[in-house]
Amino acid sequence: MNERNDERHSDDQHKPAARWASLWLITVSPTIWAVHFLLCYVTAAIWCARVVGRNGMLGDARLLIAAYTVVALVGIVLTAWRGYRQHSYGEGSAPHNEDSSEDRYRFLGYATLLLSGLSAVATIFVALSAVFIRSCA
Amino acid sequence: MKPTVLAPRSGLLLATAILLAGCDGPQSALAPAGDGAERIANLFWWMLGGSAVIWTLVLGLAAYVTRFSRGKHSLVASRWLILGGGVVFPTVVLSALLIYGLMLIPALRTPEDVGMRVEVSGEQWWWRVHYPSPDGGGPIELANEVRLPLGERVAFDLLSPDVIHSFWVPSLAGKVDMIPGRTTELIVQPTQLGTFRGACAEYCGTAHALMNFQVVVMEPAAFERWLAHQAEPAQPPRSEIAQRGLESFLANGCGACHAIRGTEADGRLGPDLTHVGSRLGLGADVLPNTTEAFVRWIGHTDRIKPDVRMPAYGMLPDDELAALATYLSELE
Ligand code: HEC
Ligand SMILES: [Cu+2]
Repeated sequence: MNERNDERHSDDQHKPAARWASLWLITVSPTIWAVHFLLCYVTAAIWCARVVGRNGMLGDARLLIAAYTVVALVGIVLTAWRGYRQHSYGEGSAPHNEDSSEDRYRFLGYATLLLSGLSAVATIFVALSAVFIRSCA
Repeated sequence: MKPTVLAPRSGLLLATAILLAGCDGPQSALAPAGDGAERIANLFWWMLGGSAVIWTLVLGLAAYVTRFSRGKHSLVASRWLILGGGVVFPTVVLSALLIYGLMLIPALRTPEDVGMRVEVSGEQWWWRVHYPSPDGGGPIELANEVRLPLGERVAFDLLSPDVIHSFWVPSLAGKVDMIPGRTTELIVQPTQLGTFRGACAEYCGTAHALMNFQVVVMEPAAFERWLAHQAEPAQPPRSEIAQRGLESFLANGCGACHAIRGTEADGRLGPDLTHVGSRLGLGADVLPNTTEAFVRWIGHTDRIKPDVRMPAYGMLPDDELAALATYLSELE
């Protein structure tokens, strides 16, 4: 079994760099979603507690939330793009279930792409509350 | 003789009828009698209908591939189905539901055209209620019952001095928590006359399940009369036995915890009893409002409500309990 693995490794034309198996990229979009949520929440909380009071209007806080949302979506789209590139690396299509470092690499790219889609939808859902709810009450 | 057997169809009808009957009543979110409850019930029916359609669709597809079309399916068609049914469709449905839900919120919560503010404090295990005085004086304290004028938007300021409670009248509106150190708000607009039931909807200790109240929706004129009456001090005892009841009330220290406006009793720990006889229930709606129930409550308080914050007065002689009960039940 060891032999087979060794063979495979020495066969690899492009030496798989350590980052090939890195999981970091797939965590980026969900992290952006989480940070976006936290920022929106904290902004609205401080705005309603310190600036306008509990029955005040969200007003300019909504602009801030819109800005966070644009930044977050740009980040998510960039991540999705990198994931897509990684997913379409070389030849081979989903589901990327070969036991090879290329396919693992593609798989992680594909997962990144899908999670970015989910994170984008979730980020928009968070922002929607600021679209429809205008007051702190 | 033929045995009478229910045909399967009538069995189904019967089951449906029983289930539907369970949706009615004074404490049902599905029999709405208020603006908020109507919107919530609508949302519920939309979600129920939608879920039924989706459920049928999914099971239909499952039946289709396992029974009717067992062969291989085209790869392209399957991929589109997964993308459409697994990604696009849920996103669209969830977005629509979210937007619908979010659009409901502002209308329910705007403080505009609120006619009256009532303060309710949830306390282990009863409700302290403050109405604005009809003649502009300080608020009047009542307990364990809420009355509302038909059609008027009323804001409840919700408080708690001890633990978290939750104020819920399913027939009228959604529920809102009562949180120590904060004031939360619920706006209610009754659309039907009637008597509805409210309950504490957040576990708050031993007697949580025995913390209820009645809500009476009245014609505005009748409501005004009721409020004016509640604002008045208690009427003096009308009989000798009721007089003895008042004396016993003062002698046994009940006045340290209970107020009866117009007498020396001005305690604040327990419910105001100035008009306790006029309420629909007793002890946060766990007993009917009858003289016998007063006797049971005063003599066996902790047996009716475990851990209750009122000592039981079972040691009092029967005739004294009867006098107390007579006096209190006449405080209309
Ligand atoms: C230590 C304070 C205390 C004393 C003393 C006390 N009570 Fe109470 N009483 C309470 C509290 C608290 C409640 C609310 C209990 C609950 O429902 O959880 C209550 C509830 C009641 C109720 C029901 C009120 C309602 O709105 O339904 C009646 C009636 C009553 N008490 C009568 C009496 C009488 C009569 C005495 C004297 C013999 C007495 N109480 C003494 C604290 C006290
Ligand atoms: Cu409770």
